[in-house]
Amino acid sequence: MQYKSQAVAMPYFIAAIALFVAQILFGLIMGLQYVMGDFLFPTIPFNVARMVHTNALIVWLLMGFMGAAYYLIPEEAETELFSPKLAIALFWIFLVAAGLTVVGYLMVPYATLAKMTGNDLLPTMGREFLEQPLITKLGIVVVALAFLFNISMTVLKGRKTSIATVLLIGLWGLAIFFLFSFYNPHNVVRDKFYWWWVVHLWVEGVWELILGAILAFVLIKVTGVDREVIEKWLYVIVTLTLISGILGTGHHYYWIGTPESWQLIGSIFSALEPIPFFGMTLFAFNMVNRRRREHPNKAATLWALGTGVMAFLGAGVWGFLHTLSPVNYYTHGTQITAAHGHMAFYGAYVMAVLTIISYAMPIIRGRAANSNKAQVVEMWAFWLMTISITFITLFLTGAGILQVWLQRVSDSPMPFMVAQDQIALFYWMREWAGVFFLIGLITYIWSFFIPGEEKAKA
Amino acid sequence: MSEAFTTSTARNIFYGGTMFFLLVFLALTYQTEQVIPKRDKREMLADPMVVAGKKLWETNNCIGCHTLLGEGAYFAPELGNVVKRLGSKEAVMAFIQSRPTEGIPGRRSMPNFNFNEQQLKEIAAFLHYVSEIDTAKWPPNIQG
Repeated sequence: MQYKSQAVAMPYFIAAIALFVAQILFGLIMGLQYVMGDFLFPTIPFNVARMVHTNALIVWLLMGFMGAAYYLIPEEAETELFSPKLAIALFWIFLVAAGLTVVGYLMVPYATLAKMTGNDLLPTMGREFLEQPLITKLGIVVVALAFLFNISMTVLKGRKTSIATVLLIGLWGLAIFFLFSFYNPHNVVRDKFYWWWVVHLWVEGVWELILGAILAFVLIKVTGVDREVIEKWLYVIVTLTLISGILGTGHHYYWIGTPESWQLIGSIFSALEPIPFFGMTLFAFNMVNRRRREHPNKAATLWALGTGVMAFLGAGVWGFLHTLSPVNYYTHGTQITAAHGHMAFYGAYVMAVLTIISYAMPIIRGRAANSNKAQVVEMWAFWLMTISITFITLFLTGAGILQVWLQRVSDSPMPFMVAQDQIALFYWMREWAGVFFLIGLITYIWSFFIPGEEKAKA
Repeated sequence: MSEAFTTSTARNIFYGGTMFFLLVFLALTYQTEQVIPKRDKREMLADPMVVAGKKLWETNNCIGCHTLLGEGAYFAPELGNVVKRLGSKEAVMAFIQSRPTEGIPGRRSMPNFNFNEQQLKEIAAFLHYVSEIDTAKWPPNIQG
C-alpha cells in the first residue's frame, strides 16, 4: 500500500460484503414468497422484504463506491487522504443509519415508521427505491457531502488524473441527482418523471462513470498498460455513456402520462446504451491482452474481465431486449424488467465493487495478492455467483415471456394472479438458482479466511 | 487508437458531448412540462381526497408489491387501471377492506391495512385519478 490512509477503505469493504449477505437472504425470502405466498406472512410481508433487498443493495454499493474512492484517490492523487478520521467517522454514521433503517423496516409497520420519522413534514417515503425515512435521506446527503469534501480536497492538493476526475464527476453527480428524492409532487406524472432523475440518471448515468473509473484503475494496476492509453479509453466510454444515457431516460417516459414524442427519443437513444457497455468489454479484454506484467492477483483480473462481459450482457443486451417502445408496450412492468435488473446490477455494479475489493483487500492486508489457494476459492465464488445470476436472469426471462403472452398478448388475457400461477415453475427454478448464488457468496467470504502465503510487497 | 486522437481530445469530447445532451434533455423537460397538463389530469388534484390518497398510497408502501403505470414491484397486480378493472371505486374499497388479517394459506395475500371509511375513500379517489391519466393506451388490455 503506497499511502497509509488508503486503509480506511477496509471497513467500507467489510460492511459492503455484510450488507450483500443481507440483500441475498432477503432476496431468497422474496423468491420463496413468489411460490409460497404465505411464507412469513404477515411478519415479513413481501413489500418489507423487498425494501430490505433493494435498499441493502443500494447501500452496500454506495459503501463499495466510497471504499473504492478512499482506496484509489490517494494513489491517483499521490498524497494521503485529506482526513482519514473523517472517513472513519462517516463510515460509522452511515453504517448505523443504514442499520437503524433496516430495523425500522422490519420492526414497525411502514405507516408507523413514516409517522415516527417526520414524513408528515416533507413526504418523500413510499416511492420505489426511495423508501428511506426522511432522516435517513438527510443522513445520506450529509454523509455524501462530507465524503465528497474529503475526496475533493485530497484531489485538489495532489495530482489530478483523468481517473480521479471521472470518479469525482460520477460521485458528485450521484449526490446531486439524489436531491431529487426530496421532490415529491402530488401530480403522479411529474412525481414519476423526476423520480427517474434519481434512478435512471444514477444507474444508467453517473454510476457508470464510477464503474469506468474503478475498472480503469484496476486495469492500470494489473496490466501495467500505459495510463495514457487507459485514460483515453475511459473518456471514450464515459462519453458514449452520457450521450446515450441522458436522453435514454426517455425509455421510462413511454407510458406514464408523458408526451408520446418520448417514445421515439427514448427508443433511439436507449438503443445506443449497450455501446458503452460493449466498449467496456473490449476495454477490459484489450488491456489484459496487451498486459506488460503478470500481476500475481489473478482473481482481480478475472473480476475485471467479468465486469466487462456481464455488464454488457445484463445492462446492454438485456436492457436492449425491452427498450424499444413497441416491445416495451408489452413488457413494461413484467418479470422481463426484473430479469434485466438482476443481471445489470450484478454485472455492472456488484462486479465492479468486487473487482476493487479483490484488488485492494490483499494489499491493505499487507500482500500483493492472496495465496494461490485463496484465489482459487475466490474464482470458484466468481463462477458460482456469475453462473447463478445468469440462470436467475434466464428463468425470470422465461417467466416474463410467459407472463407477457398469457396476460397481455393472448386472445383471452388472464388476470394477473391466474397468470402468476401458470409460471410458478420458473419462479421455483429462479429460487434454486438463488440458493446456488448464496453458496457462491459463502464461498466468496470463505476465501478471505484462507491464509495468504505470497508476502511480496505491493 | 491513433496518435492524433489524444487524451485531451477525448476529454473535450466528453465535456462537450455531455453538456450538449444535458441541455437537450433540459429543453425536452421544459417542453414536457408545457404539454403534460393536457394529459396528467392535474385538475383532479383539486380534490383533497386525491392528495390524501396519494399519501396513503406512499405511507403504506403499496409500490412494494404492486405496479402503478407499470412501475414498482411485480408481485401483485397493476393498479393504474384497477378502478376500471374492478368496475368502480366502491369495488376497490370493498376489496381492500376484505383482506384477511392472517393471509390465505399457501397463497399471496394483501395485508389488511385497517383503513377506516374515510381512508378507503381517499385511496380509491387516488386510484381513480391515476386511471384517468393519458398513458398512450397502456396497458394493452384491462388485465394490466
